[in-house]
Amino acid sequence: MAGSTPTQQEAQPVVKEKKIIELPEHIVEIVSDSGEGAQKAGQTFGAISAKMGNGIWTVEIIPAEIQPPPRTITGASGIRIRLGSFYVTNVGDDADLIVAFNEQVLLGRVDTGNLKPGAIILLENMWRTHKDPAIREAYVKTYDRLVSEGYKVIEVPMEQECLKYTVSPRRGKNMFVLGMLCNLYERDWELARREVHNLWIKKGEKVAELNLKLFQAGYQWAEEHLDFKFHIPSAGISEPQVVMNGNVALALGIIASGMEVCAMYPITPATSASHYLSEIFEHVGGIVHQAEDEIAAVGFAVGASYAGKCAVTITSGPGMSLKTEIIGLASMIEVPLVVVNVQRGGPSTGLPTKVEQGDLLAALFSTHGDAPKVVIACATIEDCFYSVITARKIAETFRLPVIVLSDANLATGQQPFPRPKFSRDWVAPPIDQRPVPDGTRPYDWDPRTGLSRRIIPGQPNGMYSLTGLAHDREGKVAYEPWINQEGARCRSMKLAAFQKTLKPPKVFGDPEGDLLIVGWGSTKGAIEEAVLRVREKGYKVSALNIKFLQPMASGIKDILQRFKKVVCIEINYSDDPGEELIDENNRRYSNLAWLLRARFLIDVDSWSRVYGRPYKPGEIEQVILEKLKEIK
Amino acid sequence: MFGLDLERLLDVEDEYRRLEDYQGSMPRWCSGCGDNAILTAVQRLLRDEGIPPEKAVFVSGIGCSSRFPHYMNAYGFHGVHGRALPIAQGIKIRRPDLHVFVNMGDGDCFSIGSAHWIHAIHYNINMLAIVHDNRIYGLTKKQVSPTSPKGLKTNTTPYGSYIEGLNPLTVTLGVTNVSFVAQAVEWIPDLLYAVIRQAFHHRGFSFVRVLQRCPTYLPDIFDPFINDPQNILILTHESGLQLDESLAKIYRNRVEHDPSDIHRAREIASDESKAVVGILYRNERVDVYDEIRRPKRVTTLEMRKAVLERELDKFAVNPVGGDNHNEKEA
Repeated sequence: MAGSTPTQQEAQPVVKEKKIIELPEHIVEIVSDSGEGAQKAGQTFGAISAKMGNGIWTVEIIPAEIQPPPRTITGASGIRIRLGSFYVTNVGDDADLIVAFNEQVLLGRVDTGNLKPGAIILLENMWRTHKDPAIREAYVKTYDRLVSEGYKVIEVPMEQECLKYTVSPRRGKNMFVLGMLCNLYERDWELARREVHNLWIKKGEKVAELNLKLFQAGYQWAEEHLDFKFHIPSAGISEPQVVMNGNVALALGIIASGMEVCAMYPITPATSASHYLSEIFEHVGGIVHQAEDEIAAVGFAVGASYAGKCAVTITSGPGMSLKTEIIGLASMIEVPLVVVNVQRGGPSTGLPTKVEQGDLLAALFSTHGDAPKVVIACATIEDCFYSVITARKIAETFRLPVIVLSDANLATGQQPFPRPKFSRDWVAPPIDQRPVPDGTRPYDWDPRTGLSRRIIPGQPNGMYSLTGLAHDREGKVAYEPWINQEGARCRSMKLAAFQKTLKPPKVFGDPEGDLLIVGWGSTKGAIEEAVLRVREKGYKVSALNIKFLQPMASGIKDILQRFKKVVCIEINYSDDPGEELIDENNRRYSNLAWLLRARFLIDVDSWSRVYGRPYKPGEIEQVILEKLKEIK
Repeated sequence: MFGLDLERLLDVEDEYRRLEDYQGSMPRWCSGCGDNAILTAVQRLLRDEGIPPEKAVFVSGIGCSSRFPHYMNAYGFHGVHGRALPIAQGIKIRRPDLHVFVNMGDGDCFSIGSAHWIHAIHYNINMLAIVHDNRIYGLTKKQVSPTSPKGLKTNTTPYGSYIEGLNPLTVTLGVTNVSFVAQAVEWIPDLLYAVIRQAFHHRGFSFVRVLQRCPTYLPDIFDPFINDPQNILILTHESGLQLDESLAKIYRNRVEHDPSDIHRAREIASDESKAVVGILYRNERVDVYDEIRRPKRVTTLEMRKAVLERELDKFAVNPVGGDNHNEKEA
């Protein structure tokens, strides 16, 4: 594995002196056409940085199509890596440096305002000499424009350099780029080489060797041709950590929770959790079952859970819509069920690859009739891991469906967090197959809590027929009106009983002040960073992230009341009060704002956008400053 | 033979030998409903096989026939319309000890649940599925079903239905991995029992369609088959049905059919002028999903922890000076 550093090799350095720029953080983007591996390079760069002790957050830039036309503005596929010398909680604002495989995908980022003024652009220059004059012209035009706009554009002969090692440089460029970045950011040479090797060794020694060469070539090119380097000091790690994306964390949470069955149907952006789980689940006796459709997947999970094997189904918005009837069934028949919804933009097919938090109210209310369920949201990658474990426990203890809301931002974002320490309490106990004592009823609801003991098929003396029809404590179809009322009441009381176990969430910032920003899920990091910035300017602003959305902990109302104004910021659609046709009679609020207004009778305001990307702390900061002006 | 008490042993054998041991609530089907005959046949089967009631699970969808689990003394799952099969698959996947039965109507299986029907045949998971096919929607009061004959007047087709009914047998026999296909009629209880029993003993997914009268909404639909026994085609084979003398006298229209012959099975299924009774197809050599996917060993807590730790190693970030396990391997 040991290799000599390229600086010791014979090549003639072009650059004699290096300027080393020390920074607290930097935001790097890599963009390419789909299939050129920008994401792989970025994920690896992120992992290397995390392993060197930097705080990181990565987010993928994904076009909706698998193979959008090459060299198009909308086809930009790539990744953003924010690395800092502190704990990074979100994607940050605008990029400081971008590597682009062609000028069109670059424009896709420039024109949507994702680059800082004067940002450094490392641009593949093969297009300058391309045989198609239209392409040559487009390249030169863009190049000239970007230079005139003040960007620091550096042309890189990526293709040309890679051709020295491979006949198909299009597929190897990403490792060249990784090499460049590792040089620019002073990444540990040995660590980086190990990561590259590990990334490719599955495909054989030859492939790994070639990619290492390309990586080295990129590293060397940067060493020889770039007169600067960035030094972003390590945040320092005192305890073991892990770095992964949210979908991997979900899958590991499933393993850790002791679940045995995951039934799913392919849907973006949830599926990668099942891909990873499929690789490892059988090692713990588990099964990932790809069902014929979303409904079958949730039905399969309910069947497995009814038979005593706790099951999960993972999906995204359209799949949630399809599963709704059976989630209602699980609520009615009180079979534990964990449903993970990795949210994407909706309604309908919406924005399949992009982030939205539009399914909160649907998670609570979409079932016909009254179907109590628990709804929890993951705010961080770490949260994705633990939420599944928590969800299984709640589902089995309270015999109800638990919906875990993740989103596309968490699904592909990477962040380090303390390495989980396995606890046997996480794991489901073996199923009870002892004979059921005489007189035990399948729905022996405790009149106060609604709780009852679950009987599992195979238990002698426990035979009963469950039904989705209204039923009594014997599980028999209800023909008298009061029985339906009693069943509904007992199912609802379970939520109340669970709610009594919840503690109020912690306020970020002071417990009272002028403005409280309330959010849920993955916006936590960006909101808190924005709040921190305005607090440093002296404003009395705090933030609250609510994890348990149904039921909600006691004490939230008290928190809201200690602020002059409360604003929900979330990634779903809401009307802006300034719209010509909008007034208090018709204004539609963001999901959580609806909920808080209804529950607490507090005049909660909201601000939201559905851009299909995570919020940047800078834009939240602006909203906060605007909203502060409204406080009298 | 220490510890074996012969009397106790006999007790166990006899414990579940009465039909009453398998009877649940009193059926609330209409009098004359063909579902009663299917219920009796299944209760007889469980009794004769000596299946402990707690080891049998009956899964159904929604419809008249889907009340079935309530009338059994066993575990029952009366779920949602059309989705009995995926629920039954979930039950079976990690519980090979349970005998899983599925009861569906023609609307439940062939209409709203048709995707699951096709894929249940394809997955081929051990269970016995019985479709109670009366060619009409009963619980919702007389609407056209996928198997209703063309021209049938119903509440949604007052001028007669527009297209020829679907033939579930040819569809089933057309699916890759099909494992067991049989048909019976509820008005010949002995043959109904014989078919269901063979289906029960089959390894894999057994699909049995039972032609079943609805006395309320479509009482005469099977009259041509009932009034003239010549319109019933009995499939006999040494590995399929064998008729006793009394039945053989009535049902003379018989044909020897080897259930391993899928081409002949498809041919027979295609002719709907006769009501076929017997085993159309049987093949125990096709892939059985739940057996293939059964865990190779029991997972202990320690094994689970070991797998989790190994995976976490792959994503490990260690304090400076530490080392990652996977890097050692590399």
